[in-house]
Amino acid sequence: MGEETSHILSVLVENEAGVLSQVSRLFSRRGFNIESLAVGTTDDVNVSRMTIVVKGTDRMAEQISKQLGKLQPVISVIRLPREDAVSRELMLVKVEAQTSQKRDDIIRIVNVFRANVIDMARNSMTIEVSASSAKSEAMLSLLKEHGIIELVRTGVVAVERGSSSIYDYRREREEFDLGKI
Amino acid sequence: MRIRAAKIVTQCLLEQGVDTVFGYPGSTVLDIYDEIYLCGRRLKHILTSHEQAAAHAADGYARISGKPGVCIATSGPGATNLVTGIAAAYMDSSPVVFITGNVAEDRIGKDSFQEVDITGIAMPITKSTYLVRSAEKLPHVMRQAFAVACGGRPGPVLIDILSSVTNKRVRGEYEPAEPVRIPAAPAAQTDVDTFAGMAAKASKPLILAGGGVIRSGAADDLVRLARKLSAPVCTTLMGLGIAEADDPINMGMAGMHGTYAARTLLNECDMLVAVGVRFSDRLAPDPEKFAPSARIVHIDIDRAEIEKNVRADHYIVADASLALRQLCEALPRKDCPEWMEHARRLRARTERKSPAARAIIEEIARQTDKDAIIATDVGQHQLWTCQYYPFSRPGQLVTSGGYGAMGFGLSAAVGAQIAAKDRRVIHITGDGSFRMNCGELATTAAYGLPVVTVILNNGVLGMVRQWQTLLYNGRYSQTNLDRGPDFSALARAYGVGAYKAEDLQEFKTAFSDALGCGKAAVIDCRIPEDDMVAPSFFGPDFTDITSEV
Ligand SMILES: Cc1ncc(C[n+]2csc(CCOP(=O)(O)OP(=O)(O)O)c2C)c(N)n1
Ligand SMILES: [Mg+2]
Repeated sequence: MGEETSHILSVLVENEAGVLSQVSRLFSRRGFNIESLAVGTTDDVNVSRMTIVVKGTDRMAEQISKQLGKLQPVISVIRLPREDAVSRELMLVKVEAQTSQKRDDIIRIVNVFRANVIDMARNSMTIEVSASSAKSEAMLSLLKEHGIIELVRTGVVAVERGSSSIYDYRREREEFDLGKI
Repeated sequence: MRIRAAKIVTQCLLEQGVDTVFGYPGSTVLDIYDEIYLCGRRLKHILTSHEQAAAHAADGYARISGKPGVCIATSGPGATNLVTGIAAAYMDSSPVVFITGNVAEDRIGKDSFQEVDITGIAMPITKSTYLVRSAEKLPHVMRQAFAVACGGRPGPVLIDILSSVTNKRVRGEYEPAEPVRIPAAPAAQTDVDTFAGMAAKASKPLILAGGGVIRSGAADDLVRLARKLSAPVCTTLMGLGIAEADDPINMGMAGMHGTYAARTLLNECDMLVAVGVRFSDRLAPDPEKFAPSARIVHIDIDRAEIEKNVRADHYIVADASLALRQLCEALPRKDCPEWMEHARRLRARTERKSPAARAIIEEIARQTDKDAIIATDVGQHQLWTCQYYPFSRPGQLVTSGGYGAMGFGLSAAVGAQIAAKDRRVIHITGDGSFRMNCGELATTAAYGLPVVTVILNNGVLGMVRQWQTLLYNGRYSQTNLDRGPDFSALARAYGVGAYKAEDLQEFKTAFSDALGCGKAAVIDCRIPEDDMVAPSFFGPDFTDITSEV
């Protein structure tokens, strides 16, 4: 059945009540695990775009994107091959920073990863990093040594490289979309 | 002019060509029911004894009429009573529009009396759900719901309408509109060409046809393609009736309780054309090993079915009827005499032993000229019916194939009989299943529906007991039905014909009397408790586990 890897799905949905639960329920019902899900409106306020990272075999990813395509509010679904996509995840990390030595160390890490310090208190610093997942993980492993107080991440968002976009796939999908109007 | 929004519901129903609805009233659908009342004879409402039955009846109606079924229920318990019916329609791709009321806008989300999130509950068992919170949206939602239920792969939808919407007076005339239907999609020419290339190379082609062929009205096209390809046909349980039972090309049912011929040919074929099937576990318990020597072509209208369970070497996403016609036209006639001869020999193989039910089912076929619509419940009686009734046309069998819902039979028979009008509807059930929704005898009596119920009464939950015999060393946990009621007395209490049969001879008379009695009837028919559904292919190698007993 092939090996399990992470797959990125980009999904355009109509911005109506219950869409998020419809999409997320589909994954649990079909037995697929979501690694991350990020959602927000597009330049059209009636349309939201979701980026979903799912772990599984290639066939599984294909199946879930077809099942997604059957949901009424879903306008289009594309799979973004990792090599053809740019992806970012925003992460906020609050770390322990009681001494100036620690603060210096942390700032050094922050600089190397081109992250930002967005809050500094007597005993802590909060760092913002927007990066690919791999880079976030790398920075996180270094920050861990200083003691992480709390951490929050948005989940990955991704777009295709180059000038083509999710809107290019819309037509094709409509032609094949037999169970929806 | 102002109209009550509930009128939009009934007007849209009429505009969609609906003349019959099934349902059960309650406080949140009072305005809809008032409008139904005002529709008079233009809209017939069938009141069942239970909402589950109304759901199954609407499903049965849809399967027989080819039109979408409509089922209405109130909020809360009315809505949740529909759930099994919705799921059964979903699994068998039956187009039913469910309409529920919900509490008023100012009571939503407050755990009000009889409030339930039915759109949330029904989400995974419908093609789509709609929560209508404003009257302006109502016409659009109604029309879209019908189009979605009937379009592409058919299936149920649910419209939940707040009672504050249906009782609202809205400005403006209701504007009638033509029903919108999604056009059937043909196969792409390249896909047809690829198919032709594969067919030319095949020397042992086999066709596997499922419920999708029936939904698409493609049975004739399928048989035509089979003859052209020189391919034997086997069907899934849902596909019974696609080819006539005694047509030599028909190898019978495939799957767990299917024929040896189908099983053998599936293992041997070098090209499998699977049309309108979804390769469930009852058909393909080990998807990796299914049709191991074949190149598989999967034809289905739902692209998500492609490679969901079983690999496809080629696939065609299209309406079955259109695709099969295109293939028939494009393909040259093919001849595989040895393969066909081999299939014929396999088909002629006779079984070791038949259950008592066989003769009863064959007698039913004889007395109804093989033409009756057969509704079943779920269990051994269902599978025996599938195995032994000589189905002669598509859609003749009305059974809960995918969901296996006991209690489906009589309710679905009610809907089927209303749709079929003059044709006979015979309901074959088990003593366990019948007990679940036997209250619908009241419905058959009230509407003068001459459904004949044949209870294959083995005194046990036979299908489950069979597994206990075969796999649990005869530890019969909770499968004995050593209890009432006396089914004939029950039938009499409901005012329908009541008959008993201890053997085949008695059954022959009872059945012909029941057919002639001019109303619904129940025949309580004794059969042995140890009879089994054979074969039962099971386990890693899909071997017949009944062969040792
Ligand atoms: C609603 C529901 N509950 C439980 C089951 C599990 N089940 C499948 S067959 C069966 C036995 C059915 O008994 P009966 O109707 O007497 O039919 P028989 O097998 O004896 O012919 C049961 C309990 C089911 N399919 N549906
Ligand atoms: Mg029984």
